[in-house]
Amino acid sequence: MPGIEFTLALAGLIFCIGALGVLLRRDPLVMFICIEMMFNAANLAFVALSEHLKSVQGQVMVFLVIAVAAAEVAVGLAIIIAIFRTEKDVNVDHLSELKG
Amino acid sequence: MNSLLVVLFLPLATAILNRLLGARLGKRLSAGLAIASVLTAFGFAVASFLGLAALPPGQRHLVMPLWSLLSVGSFSADFSLLLDPLSAVMILVVTGVGALIHVYSAAYMEEEDDAEYARFFTYLNFFIFSMLTLVLAANFMVIFTGWELVGVSSYLLIGFYRSKTSAADAGKKAFIVNRVGDLGFLMGIFVILSQFGTLDFTQVLSHADKLGQGSALATLTALLLFMGAMGKSAQFPLHVWLPDAMEGPTPVSALIHAATMVTAGVFMVARCHAIFELSPVAMRTVAWVGAFTALFAASIALVQNDIKRVMAYSTLSQLGYMVMAVGVGAYTAGFFHLFTHAFFKALLFLGCGSVMHALHGELDMTKMGGLRKKLPITFWTFLIGAACLSGVPFTSGFFSKDAILYEALDGPHGSLGLWLMGALTAAMTAFYVGRLVFKTFFGKTRLDHHTFDHAHESAAPMAAPLLILAVLAIGAGFLGMPRFMSKAQPFEEWLAPVFADVKAPEAGPLAAMAAPAATAAEVAPATAEAGKPEQGEDVGLSLRLMAFYTLVVAFMAWLTYKWFATESGTPNALALAAAPIHQLLWNKWYVDELYDLVFVRGLLGFSKLLLRVVDQGLIDGVVNGCGWAAQGAGHFVRVRLHNGYARFYAGALLAGVVLLLGLVLTFSL
Repeated sequence: MPGIEFTLALAGLIFCIGALGVLLRRDPLVMFICIEMMFNAANLAFVALSEHLKSVQGQVMVFLVIAVAAAEVAVGLAIIIAIFRTEKDVNVDHLSELKG
Repeated sequence: MNSLLVVLFLPLATAILNRLLGARLGKRLSAGLAIASVLTAFGFAVASFLGLAALPPGQRHLVMPLWSLLSVGSFSADFSLLLDPLSAVMILVVTGVGALIHVYSAAYMEEEDDAEYARFFTYLNFFIFSMLTLVLAANFMVIFTGWELVGVSSYLLIGFYRSKTSAADAGKKAFIVNRVGDLGFLMGIFVILSQFGTLDFTQVLSHADKLGQGSALATLTALLLFMGAMGKSAQFPLHVWLPDAMEGPTPVSALIHAATMVTAGVFMVARCHAIFELSPVAMRTVAWVGAFTALFAASIALVQNDIKRVMAYSTLSQLGYMVMAVGVGAYTAGFFHLFTHAFFKALLFLGCGSVMHALHGELDMTKMGGLRKKLPITFWTFLIGAACLSGVPFTSGFFSKDAILYEALDGPHGSLGLWLMGALTAAMTAFYVGRLVFKTFFGKTRLDHHTFDHAHESAAPMAAPLLILAVLAIGAGFLGMPRFMSKAQPFEEWLAPVFADVKAPEAGPLAAMAAPAATAAEVAPATAEAGKPEQGEDVGLSLRLMAFYTLVVAFMAWLTYKWFATESGTPNALALAAAPIHQLLWNKWYVDELYDLVFVRGLLGFSKLLLRVVDQGLIDGVVNGCGWAAQGAGHFVRVRLHNGYARFYAGALLAGVVLLLGLVLTFSL
């Protein structure tokens, strides 16, 4: 069983990979996967800390996050499909009509 | 005492009535109303005067509180009236001469339409009310109220022909120049308030010693008060408004510049003499300012061609005499000159108006001549006024001017220098008066045939005041003849209670200064006796002085007759020979130009500087800068931050979270 430090460091790493993915990729689908990665990095941290602190609250929070992520993906994918239908293009950098 | 209320408020009531209804009343009624009110006021003024005279001299000091003007803490000021010999004489002159001028104006202003006519009489009545407030005041607050009311009403009257730019400007000039003096007066009043805690004349003036004999505070107070007097009485360097004020209708000039407004300064100094007496420096300043103004204005009057303008400078010069008189402590003499001057100068101004009326507004004496036969009443009355002004023996001007000059030489604060300036002024006065009379009324006419043939004597309402004033101008002098000519001294005895507190004259520094000077000057050998008490009037000196003035006047009359009654080339040749001096006098010593350069242009330049640098640069800069800053910031946020790239937003979000987290962790908030 790895120690709490290792688990938290791993969670941080996954979170950073996810964040960089969101920042650097232009494909909305990939960006969604990266966002999922960030959610799950948080979930990992929650679980690890729940085990470490002998508290059940962290595990409850994980369920909440999974539920929110599922809802978010459902809405997000619907938006992407809607945009793709009108724009024939899903490059996020090209979707800037709402700029000031 | 209650008659004073009528004297004061009746003119105000008719002024208001005329203002409200005037245009509908018609000329007859609105003039009748105005004249009746001032005549009634005069009647009640006579009643007040007689009532005062019935009291023993020591008790001739009646105070009548009407209502409270102001009450703050321990300080309170009432609107209260003071009737004493000084104000009694003033209300008689103001309402008496005022009534005559009202009658004259009724005919003089005939050509105006109904509304303008009523407006004129509104202003005239309002002016009378203002002046009466000033002279009847029993404390500094009321006198200042009257002082300002006179300023306003003079502004209205001088600028009466409001469609004329020059008249409007002259009104403004009178008002603004007067404000300069008013500032001094007001500060003087503040000093008095701070020292005495009250503004009541009786309390302040009877304890004036509190300021300290010869102290700097007394000098300051006196000089500040005198600054106010300089504005109203048009003393150099605040004299510039008076000549310009001739833009008003001629009766206004007669009212303002002869009988009333300009005498306010002299009146005020006489009223506050207890303060002035404390400061020899202030007294000397007053005397020298007066003497200088007298000489300065007389020199300008020598060369002017506009008859009203000559009269204006003559008024300045005569006011200079009065101020000089109060400055040498000869209050009675100064006040006597104020009294006689009110009659003969009103007469002369009205005479000018009559000439102007006959000649359709012509004022240039070089274009007149030979009017003697055409305007007999105007001529004879004008001649009487001129005789008084130039000091022909046994006219009122002779007696009053002689009294002043005697005091200037031999009085407690007199000196040879003052006398010389006064005597020189007297000679100049005789010269310009002679020039005016001979050029206007004598010789061959220089008018065109049409105007000359149509020149006719004015109607009765204009002629009657001239005749009455002529009688008064002659008669007034006999109230104050020198002691050795008359046992009775009605004028001096009447005013004696007011000036009773003036200390017995001692040999002042000026008298001491004059003594050695006299050895060098042969003109006045008796000056060495200057230090002796004035009660024993020096008959020999007085007679010699009188003979001297008579000679001067006779010589000037002869000279001006020779030069100006006939077509003599001498004056022109003289003017050409002394062209620079002539130009200097013709342009009134360039005082107006100097003021224009220093004050008007200086102020304009300063304003422009403020406009360009402070207002447009600094203030607008800040305002516009705020706008620019907001706009720039908005542009930055809109274009740079709100750029539409989702990934940029995500990065910013992340950076923000990291930053906040870093802060929280670093400072363990």
